[in-house]
Amino acid sequence: MRDEIVVSIRSDQDMVEARAKCRRLADDLGFSRTDATLIATAISEIARNILVHAGRGEISMRPLCDDGRYGMTVVARDSGPGIRDVARAVKSGFASRGGLGLGLPGARRLMDKFDVESEPGEGTTVTMTKWRAVDDLERLREKRRRRAGGASS
Amino acid sequence: MSVLISRQGDYLIASVVSDLSDSQVVALRSELIDRACALRARGIILDVGGLDVIDSFVARSLRSIALTMRLRGAETVVVGIRPEVAIAMVQFDLDLVPIHAALDIDEAFLLLEHRIEGNSEDER
Repeated sequence: MRDEIVVSIRSDQDMVEARAKCRRLADDLGFSRTDATLIATAISEIARNILVHAGRGEISMRPLCDDGRYGMTVVARDSGPGIRDVARAVKSGFASRGGLGLGLPGARRLMDKFDVESEPGEGTTVTMTKWRAVDDLERLREKRRRRAGGASS
Repeated sequence: MSVLISRQGDYLIASVVSDLSDSQVVALRSELIDRACALRARGIILDVGGLDVIDSFVARSLRSIALTMRLRGAETVVVGIRPEVAIAMVQFDLDLVPIHAALDIDEAFLLLEHRIEGNSEDER
């Protein structure tokens, strides 16, 4: 399995690099093109948040394997001003500086798991995970097979 | 060069051939609007097939181009949104209301002609 990939975010060109590296990793891990695009879009949003609010930070991506299920975890860290009201920032319709408040809630909708840790003055860490859809499908099929087998006996 | 801009009659055609950074998106927006105004273009066809993602910033820029051109009396049609990018845009819940899209550049020409004729009939 591949190692962790870290992209430091200092300019909008780094965002392009983070998106491209995300797609490559997602491809290696067997994600569909759609899932790879969903993760790359979420990365784009949180990378922009880093640039706008903290100026610099880093994004790491790593493969995940849990009980036959494969996925990718993305962690975005910065030591910027932090978010005062995290619960509000991840809710739709929260407008922040320079944006329409779409970044965090939008990214959350694209991923399976989404956590924001932040304290004013302490920076922000966003951790998000996406599971491969093929594994979920395989699990559903397996469940159905078992149910069908159980019903006939 | 990541964007090719050409002119065809009353229309301006811009093709994005690779992924763009935010500042390249901003530059594209002002160049398109400047050139469309200088040429008195009636329509812009924007092929975004080269974009890996359309996130909130890119969507806002597309909307801004369309609305600005509308104030100039010109229409904008977007073509080439990749299927997986379209799925992400819907799941993201982006506001795409002012953006017209077409299947390909030929359809975009038809749509522009239809919309521009429609507008001039309204004025009569």
